[in-house]
Amino acid sequence: MAEHFVHPPHWEAYIVTYFFAAGLAGGCYVLATLLSLTGYPEDREPARLGFLVPFPLVLLCALVLTLDLGRPWLFWHMLVNATPGAGGLNFKYWSPMSVGAWALLLFGVFSFVSFLGALPWARRPGPLAGTAGRAWMIAGALLGLYIASYTGVLLSVSNQPVWSDTWTLGGLFLASGLSGSAALLAWLVRRRAAAGSPATSWQRLLTADGYFALIELLFIVLFFVSVGFAGTLGVAVRGAWLVAWILVLASLVPALAELGGRRGLVHAGSGPLLVLAGVLLMRIAVVISAQM
Amino acid sequence: MFTDTSICIGCKACEVACKEWNQLPGNEPEYRNDSFDNTGELDAQNWRHVKFIDRVPEAPMTTGNGQAWLLMSDICKHCQHASCMEVCPTNAIIRTEFDTVYIQPDVCNGCRDCIAACPYGAIGFNPKDGLAHKCTFCYDRLQANMPPACAKACPTQSITFGPLRELHKKADERVATLRAQGYDQAQLYGRDASVYGGLNAFFLLMAEPEVYGLPNARNAVLPRRNNRGGYLGVLVSAALAMVAGIVALRRRGSDTLQDTTPGEGS
Repeated sequence: MAEHFVHPPHWEAYIVTYFFAAGLAGGCYVLATLLSLTGYPEDREPARLGFLVPFPLVLLCALVLTLDLGRPWLFWHMLVNATPGAGGLNFKYWSPMSVGAWALLLFGVFSFVSFLGALPWARRPGPLAGTAGRAWMIAGALLGLYIASYTGVLLSVSNQPVWSDTWTLGGLFLASGLSGSAALLAWLVRRRAAAGSPATSWQRLLTADGYFALIELLFIVLFFVSVGFAGTLGVAVRGAWLVAWILVLASLVPALAELGGRRGLVHAGSGPLLVLAGVLLMRIAVVISAQM
Repeated sequence: MFTDTSICIGCKACEVACKEWNQLPGNEPEYRNDSFDNTGELDAQNWRHVKFIDRVPEAPMTTGNGQAWLLMSDICKHCQHASCMEVCPTNAIIRTEFDTVYIQPDVCNGCRDCIAACPYGAIGFNPKDGLAHKCTFCYDRLQANMPPACAKACPTQSITFGPLRELHKKADERVATLRAQGYDQAQLYGRDASVYGGLNAFFLLMAEPEVYGLPNARNAVLPRRNNRGGYLGVLVSAALAMVAGIVALRRRGSDTLQDTTPGEGS
């Protein structure tokens, strides 16, 4: 059984917001890339919407991460070694926070360029068309996968109860981020569809959401099993946190119902919002419960 | 530094000396209803903390076998393999010329990753200055060839400072003496490399480490151990998700536009 005598780092609202926004930013970029690569003409508009989402979220990520620091004006110390006489850049491949700082910076560049290309008044075809454009999108999508997932690994690379007792958080955050992104994009596309745009893509996005929710469910089960073996399951689900996890599981129902052909649950309109609420609540449950 | 808990009397002179030398004002007083401990824990204001562990037995004991209290003056262990140093993204945490672990206050930006990593809870965050703080081993005193304030103040010489080799020898002799006297649980913690490669602040304990709130050798593990498993989980999730995403987004169901032609790049 794992025993922990650590103090909590008090990563709270800012960090939860970051984990939520990073999951959606990375996930939306990945899905926009997939939509771009399908080759279906009706997916162009959904892909464009997908590329509009990540950059504003990356700005939000940078803002909340900076505000969470004890000395926000020293945020650049994440990248540059300020030790007197040392100089150079900071990069520790074994520290997810160090790698994540660089990944977020790079993803910011990719998402910014893609954002510019997706603006309504941008020239068509833009600089992201053709082979070079596809390579750019794929590179950005790989960074998006990392941004959406490394936050879970960051929690695990610690000595905190629950977080360090499981290997599942990175995979769980990724599946959850993709699920939330699919729901968000489906909702955005559906709004455009109502305005007269083709209504084909959002239904496939909801199907993708169903698959992602299934993967998320798998990782939630693995999470409970792994912390159960470590002896810290009681910390994760004590008191109101058990209710939170039940609500997280409930939030998967609309997306999973999509796979079962029960489209009515999602078509009701509140399905995507429920999915997004679940994405946020899951991160709150993981991050806060272990620190109490 | 060697702390022999068997001769600690809980006077807290070490706590006072630490606060005085390092100009730590301390936290607001609060009633803890917890034996004689009015400090609580190591944090940004308390770099030394005398633990009072109540071991008063429920049943009457025979003469010489009673054990009322375990006392331990706790401190940052200045580990050879330091979890805090390992994760610090700014490289604010360095190893000094004295082999101690030191947080550079002008480099730290208060991300608190070190607090999540330290298995001993030895690091605290001070919201007033936005920095992580812990014992410096009185770095300034060491530079002036003086012992740390706690070791200087300890009236029973429970806390001793000096070259590690000499302290190891002293500790080995002391634990051998205690065991010869019948204290079977007397043991050294951090004397060898089994705990974080060895501790520059090591202890003689009178019970198992867990009783004192210290991880045993099996649980004394570095944060980076979870990188491999964590990223493997990400890879599995990413692979499943990409297959699922491609299947879902390329599939054209009955409710999609059947008359559009695939293959046109966007």
